[in-house]
Amino acid sequence: MPQVKFIEFNGTEHVVDASKGESIMVAATNNLVPGIDADCGGECSCATCHVLIDADWQARLGARSEQEESMLDLNPDRTDESRLSCQIPMTDELDGITVRLPEFQY
Amino acid sequence: MSGIVIIGAGQAAGQAAASLRQEGFEGTITILGDEDSAPYQRPPLSKQYLSGEVGVDRLLVRPEKFYVDKNIDLKTGTRVGSIAPSEKSVTTTGGDRFEYDKLLIATGSRPRILNITGSDLEGIHYLRTMGDVDGIRESMGSASRICIVGGGYIGLEVAAVARTSGLDVTVLEMEDRILQRVTTPEMSAYYHQLHAGRGVNIMTNTTVSGFQGNGSVSAVLCGDEIIEADLVIVGIGIIPNVELAETAGLKCENGIVVDDHCRSSDPDIYAAGDCTNHPNPLLNRRLRLESVPNAMEQARVASANMLGGDRVYAAIPWFWSDQYELKLQMVGFSSDGDSSVIRGDKSTNEFAVFYLNDGKVVAVDAVNSPREFMVCKQLYGKAVNAPDLANPEFELKSLLN
Repeated sequence: MPQVKFIEFNGTEHVVDASKGESIMVAATNNLVPGIDADCGGECSCATCHVLIDADWQARLGARSEQEESMLDLNPDRTDESRLSCQIPMTDELDGITVRLPEFQY
Repeated sequence: MSGIVIIGAGQAAGQAAASLRQEGFEGTITILGDEDSAPYQRPPLSKQYLSGEVGVDRLLVRPEKFYVDKNIDLKTGTRVGSIAPSEKSVTTTGGDRFEYDKLLIATGSRPRILNITGSDLEGIHYLRTMGDVDGIRESMGSASRICIVGGGYIGLEVAAVARTSGLDVTVLEMEDRILQRVTTPEMSAYYHQLHAGRGVNIMTNTTVSGFQGNGSVSAVLCGDEIIEADLVIVGIGIIPNVELAETAGLKCENGIVVDDHCRSSDPDIYAAGDCTNHPNPLLNRRLRLESVPNAMEQARVASANMLGGDRVYAAIPWFWSDQYELKLQMVGFSSDGDSSVIRGDKSTNEFAVFYLNDGKVVAVDAVNSPREFMVCKQLYGKAVNAPDLANPEFELKSLLN
């Protein structure tokens, strides 16, 4: 089972198991990781599962879809590392990925 | 300590149980739900679940194992018959009694039922639960003509799925326009044209008087008019499930009346989701909302407060609807505006209508325009220059900060 390391804005770390195919958002909510609201349930409709992933790991992810890009564009905490975690399915290649959480979800 | 009992097993209930554990609560959590499933997402029911794009596993808010792992006692197929606030207990229709320190009522809502000639014929469906949609999908396989009673979001989402699957689709609306209760004439006209363009037959000012059929429905009657149909979906609104609360003596008025902490008129009983009549300090009024984001936020607020916290509910309502390839995202209520301004071009199916009141942004209807949706969430209540919003060259980003 691939693992995800979530780091809360306050520095608290959570290492959780994720099932292959399920999104990073689902791995967070199934393991009670705080800081991800995921109000729309993974439809890319709300942008409340915003996370930050560094460039090395980003290189192994697919590119953002137009919808994901648009939802992130006007987020005040947007950086080059911004992703919506509901749009990233877990794979074996992503085992050990580090995902940082922003201070707020908008 | 007897712990926390949650009545209902919908999205508010599921979120509340998760939030309670996330906040560190280690006592007993019991969820009593009358459906047979663990909490699941309802929005996809009339969209991707109906079309078959999404299966049951993706519908569940959290897998069943989650409740076991987190020591949450999830009792499905269990209907609560009564609440006894003086004893701080609830009793199921099967006679089981559960005591609580704090109770959360998350009973949601149920579809308004048509009670007219022929309404008990087979082939007439409502859409609220996974079971409802399983029944609709089974019928859709052999149906050729579907008639949808009610031109609200549920009805139009079903129309889009059914039309895409190649069925003949008729939508009957008793008002003079579809979406009359929830949007402006301008947006109603846009969605009317969209569906008509895809071949949906929309009949406004049309009231259903009965159904015809031999065992199974074969036609819908609207006065003298007969509309042939072998499948009927009725989507004419919902009724909040307040009866348990009302019988227990809690204050109810178009929903269970709660304060800004999601607390009912009994200090040990909270309520969350579709069943509540709650104050919204940002809108400056009380309202009852049929909305998942509201259910989730109220569940978080109620959970924090049941554990002794002091969290106030203050969220801008937002909604979404998927029809064909169009994603409509809404913030606030267009009826709160005294003027509107459109950004983008309707003919491209990519536009947003902003609604202003006294120059301040109070709502948006954004079609395939997620940026405008996101900007409205952040601009709510702020004064803007309307011509800027209308100018496609104007950078929305500059309005933030």
